[in-house]
Amino acid sequence: MLVLENFNVTLDGKHILHNINLTIKAGETHVLFGPNGHGKSTLLNAIMGLPRYRVSGRCCFKGQDITSLSVDERARLGIGLMFQRPPTIRGLSLRNILKICARNDIDIDTLASQLKLRTFLERDVNDGFSGGELKRSELLQLLTQQPDLALIDEPESGVDLENIGLIGSALNLLLEKEKPRYQGSDCQLKHSRHKAGLIITHTGHILNFVEADVGHVLYEGRLACTGHPREILAFIQQKGYSECVRCLV
Amino acid sequence: MRDHITTLTDIALPSLVLNSPLMDNSDLDRLLSVGVDAHCRERSGSFVQVDHQVLHAGAAEPGLEVLSTPEALKRYDWLKDYWWQIVPAGKDEFTKYAQDHTHNGYFIRALPGAKINYPLQACLYLAREGLTQCVHNIVIVEEGAELNIITGCASGTKAKSGAHIGISEFYVRKGAKLNFTMIHSWAEDVEVRPRTGTVVEEGGTFISNYICTHPVRLLQMYPVSYLRGEGAVARYQSILVAPPGSKMDVGSRVVLDAPATKSEIITRTVTTGGKIISRGHPVGQVPGVKAHLECRGLMLAPQGLIHAIPELEARAEGVELSHEAAVGKIAHEEIEYLMARGLSEEDAVSTIVRGFLNVDIPGLPPALRDEIDRAVSATREQGA
Ligand SMILES: Nc1ncnc2c1ncn2[C@@H]1O[C@H](COP(=O)(O)OP(=O)(O)OP(=O)(O)O)[C@@H](O)[C@H]1O
Ligand SMILES: [Mg+2]
Repeated sequence: MLVLENFNVTLDGKHILHNINLTIKAGETHVLFGPNGHGKSTLLNAIMGLPRYRVSGRCCFKGQDITSLSVDERARLGIGLMFQRPPTIRGLSLRNILKICARNDIDIDTLASQLKLRTFLERDVNDGFSGGELKRSELLQLLTQQPDLALIDEPESGVDLENIGLIGSALNLLLEKEKPRYQGSDCQLKHSRHKAGLIITHTGHILNFVEADVGHVLYEGRLACTGHPREILAFIQQKGYSECVRCLV
Repeated sequence: MRDHITTLTDIALPSLVLNSPLMDNSDLDRLLSVGVDAHCRERSGSFVQVDHQVLHAGAAEPGLEVLSTPEALKRYDWLKDYWWQIVPAGKDEFTKYAQDHTHNGYFIRALPGAKINYPLQACLYLAREGLTQCVHNIVIVEEGAELNIITGCASGTKAKSGAHIGISEFYVRKGAKLNFTMIHSWAEDVEVRPRTGTVVEEGGTFISNYICTHPVRLLQMYPVSYLRGEGAVARYQSILVAPPGSKMDVGSRVVLDAPATKSEIITRTVTTGGKIISRGHPVGQVPGVKAHLECRGLMLAPQGLIHAIPELEARAEGVELSHEAAVGKIAHEEIEYLMARGLSEEDAVSTIVRGFLNVDIPGLPPALRDEIDRAVSATREQGA
């Protein structure tokens, strides 16, 4: 679904990501670990196509090179981003932004209730929302948008222990986790999971709720090791990032 | 002049308006665009003045009086005690000019306790090229009464230049409520100088909504409310959109002159190339009164100007005055956010501007919602 080849990103003249190679197949969920400031959000924002990120190399989505496409064109192709720091838009209610997001006929009220945001629908989007509420509002927007590739920036940070379950089930819904993974037989194709995700996490907490297939470490702007998400997490927890990426050098 | 004033029974404004040699269909459209309902449906009364001449004045609900001010002065001897009482005649060169050059204006009165259901519509229209229209209006909402007025002031397609000076004196009596919405739609070479003063007595409420989204050479006004009775409230909400070539110098002043009075002044300004000076000035005269001032401005064109001048004046202990002001262009983060949700850049900008102008004006007529939408689309064209 997504293929990055020699992907480089510069922000305001600063070279942040170096030669990223990454393939995410339909139905797969990847997680991204890495220390603060090493370029995780940059990677997601650049895939979304936010204009301030200057890129070189190839970025293909659904077999099409999208490097020259604008943000909205990418959104309409099926890429969705959960922002780490979503802005407030005054005078635009959460309900109305959900109407903007909605691809199909979607029961906004029911979805909002599931994310405990029913009473927020008439409020200006993100205006005065708490940290956890912001995360839920972002996920609610993505759930109405139904992207094929969901780029999820730190879904669990600032979320309390109870609400993290809520975030987890929202992600499972978003990523069609109720459907089986595609195993290769053609007759299965139609019923198997199609949606893909790339999730940034520091604590790995979210892995207790959402099953992930592949893990990566982004270190100093480079994709270091790639492997089983839980194994990588365990290693980072025991030895720290600098040890973890030694296998790279 | 009298025989032109129709009675209430013939309330088909179109024929009335089109009978006037000064008016044609395009004028009628202009009238409708400022909130006038052509058939006075769901209106408690109407007043229409074109240039110096009153075409129609009448009320459709009991407890309501609508007359031209000269008629009212003939009928009510006491009215002269209301004349030039809130707006001083010697205030400036325009009020002085108005003393000798006034032709008509509306007199609107809600009798004690009358809760008028439907809004009353008043329209002051400038049809003839180069004319200076000068009116004197009086509104009295008697004790316990409630009234909602929508006034549309506009110039016609033939009046590219001209001037409008409107003296307005509003009396909101004890426990009464006046909701006054004014929509302006002038032309590139028209100068407009309303001079409005309001007195609010004990427990009374005055709400002023003002919208101007069309070109005007110069619009200058600084209406003032005097909250004279305990618990009186004044709220001003203004929306200004200045296209290139327009200058708008608009403010609202509230003098909180009695215990427990409150005020809120909210302004949203957008420039697509014109100049806006946005003022606000609550004056707290007695302990414990509260007022809040909020002005936000959005620059949609590099050559525009927004100058916010908020003033807070406390003249007693324990007065609580606050203000919030922010002027800037649209944050690119907001545009990108909406684009990531699938909107084109243009639609994202329009959505943000519409949200920005979306102050909550209760009872805003649908025509006005449309008017704001029209302004948003216009800003899109002008901004491009
Ligand atoms: N406008 C900018 N100009 C230069 N450097 C920038 C700019 N914006 C961000 N950066 C830098 O880019 C680097 C990568 O930032 P990014 O937000 O991608 O990190 P991150 O891995 O998501 O960190 P965190 O875990 O703290 O969210 C940081 O060092 C950051 O300071
Ligand atoms: Mg980040």
